[in-house]
Amino acid sequence: MQSPSIAVEAKNITKVFGHGKQHFRALNDVSVSIRENEFFTLLGPSGCGKTTLLRMFAGFEHPTQGAILLHGKDIAHLPPFQRPINTVFQNYALFPHMTVAKNIAFGLEMLGKPKAEIEETVDRMLDLVQMQAMRDRVTSQISGGQQQRVALARALAPSPKVLLLDEPLSALDYKLRKEMQIELKRLQHETGITFIFVTHDQEEALTMSDRIAVMSGGRILQVGSPHDIYERPAERFVADFIGETNFLEGKVSVLEEGDRLSVTLDAGTEGKQIQVAFDPQNSPETVQAGQRITLTVRPEHAQVFPIGSTSDDPIISGKLENIVYFGTDTHYHVKLSDNSIFIVRQQNSQIRGDVLVQNEMVNIHFSMDSARTLWD
Amino acid sequence: MGSRHFNVRTLPGFGFIALLTFFLLYLPICMLVFYAFNSGDSIVQWEGFSLRWFEVALKNDAVQEAAGRSILIAVIAATVATICATMAALATTRVKPYPGLVFKYAVINQPLMVPEIVTAVALLIVFSKIKVWTGYSGLTYLILAHTAFCIPFAYLPIRARLESMDSGLEVAAGDLYATPWKTFRLITLPLLRPGIIAGFMLAFVISLDDVVITEFVKSGGQETLPTYMLGQLRRSITPEVNAIATVFLAFSVLLVTAFFFSSRKKT
Ligand SMILES: Nc1ncnc2c1ncn2[C@@H]1O[C@H](COP(=O)(O)OP(=O)(O)OP(=O)(O)O)[C@@H](O)[C@H]1O
Ligand SMILES: [Mg+2]
Repeated sequence: MQSPSIAVEAKNITKVFGHGKQHFRALNDVSVSIRENEFFTLLGPSGCGKTTLLRMFAGFEHPTQGAILLHGKDIAHLPPFQRPINTVFQNYALFPHMTVAKNIAFGLEMLGKPKAEIEETVDRMLDLVQMQAMRDRVTSQISGGQQQRVALARALAPSPKVLLLDEPLSALDYKLRKEMQIELKRLQHETGITFIFVTHDQEEALTMSDRIAVMSGGRILQVGSPHDIYERPAERFVADFIGETNFLEGKVSVLEEGDRLSVTLDAGTEGKQIQVAFDPQNSPETVQAGQRITLTVRPEHAQVFPIGSTSDDPIISGKLENIVYFGTDTHYHVKLSDNSIFIVRQQNSQIRGDVLVQNEMVNIHFSMDSARTLWD
Repeated sequence: MGSRHFNVRTLPGFGFIALLTFFLLYLPICMLVFYAFNSGDSIVQWEGFSLRWFEVALKNDAVQEAAGRSILIAVIAATVATICATMAALATTRVKPYPGLVFKYAVINQPLMVPEIVTAVALLIVFSKIKVWTGYSGLTYLILAHTAFCIPFAYLPIRARLESMDSGLEVAAGDLYATPWKTFRLITLPLLRPGIIAGFMLAFVISLDDVVITEFVKSGGQETLPTYMLGQLRRSITPEVNAIATVFLAFSVLLVTAFFFSSRKKT
């Protein structure tokens, strides 16, 4: 298979704001390649540098070090108005003294497109975002969701090579946000434009993206498909930030042949060794007996049984502290011997044959492959 | 609702003080306007309604000349001051903060703080020297002086407008392929317009109204309306002055009202 071509690339980008004692490193040696036609998401907590990176692509901010490439060409010297990249701003930034249609036409007019073409494109854009009825309204007289769609249409109208979206949905209420997520996906599909989407909502990132870059403290920690990021987090931060997860601390007891590892956990196994899958790609070069290790197990990958059951897979045990019913599934909170809580999530469609009683000792099973190993 | 928040209207004596203030402010003005329509020669004794003094004032060549001069100076000074103030406002708000910026604000606004009489004396000294050197004693001195003290008044509303304006809009225009000049013309300037109009109005009225600096700077025969009226008051006081003042007042009210409605149409 031919490898997909790269639309934009950040190469070893470092951004330092201010100087002297007050200097602040907002981006620290960030490198990332975003493919053609991709829905790429920058995900991370507030202040991790998502907007700063996006502003580098748009040209509003210049890297202290490093290069930004568009289709392989360095665009560092180009001001924003010469980059075929458009932005949907977090606060929309619609021009208040222009109508909806005028806003959408703005970019095309600046590019000097012929009048007929502008009219035709504006019409198409209004249809695309279903705002035809509002075309002559002033932008202050339309709702937040409608403003968001106008901002989208305005940025899409000049057919940019890359569309940057900075948390465009964060101001919308839950239901509208869900609708707009689907709409955005559809638009990206229909236009074939590369989308770089910023969010700090992990659920939004998982459902919409082709690939996600998880950022923290000015660095990119991991880039991968939603499935990769969720099931195979490379770092503790990623595992913790994306979805709910359990961490089990322990140390390597025996190095086994091939792809297995024997681990002694600090809690829950009373010193018994358990075996887990070993991923050499995400491990230090040398692994020694006694080395500290963390296992992360997603709540839905574990099951809880009354004490006495056995399995080939790892088992830990603890006291069932709490059973929380959520409609579609039930959460079991199990307290391990070090007082940490291990959460097990089970779908309610699976009818249980046994009865679990609160405050009784229970066993937790999880498959060896579902436990991900993380190193400090 | 009023019980939980501090509400100045519930303070004892509020109504009385408010009323007193209104009287002090507007009663003299009402009296002045009232006696402009007096048919007699007194400004305190009512003798009947007439438009006689308006006619006298309008037919008075000195009044006409002074009024024309006032308006000419005000139009030029306010225009130049507004242009300078707009550029100053852009240069002090659309830049990243740097050391010395606060100092610049201070320098621009300082004329508001310096007592007018000090500026007037200073200008008198400088201009009289220049007059001697050049031999020129035309209106330019007055226009220059008015422009100078009008700039901070024009600057204030323009800067306020710029600061409340989202600079993200200019960034967005740049993102949509507008060159910096196009961005200024199509985004910044239209949105700034109410501020610029307010700045111009303020500068215009301040210039029209000025006595102290004008009195010191003007050469012989360069009376403006206010200095002419002041001169009149020193001699005999007739309702002619009231009539001039009334027209002056009506003109100002008209200007402000026009501005109010023009600024309400757009944001
Ligand atoms: N112009 C600036 N001057 C100084 N520091 C800045 C500047 N812009 C951003 N920063 C700092 O850089 C860091 C990253 O900012 P950035 O806006 O990229 O965060 P973000 O990931 O977009 O966060 P959020 O989710 O809150 O929008 C923050 O700590 C911020 O305070
Ligand atoms: Mg941000």
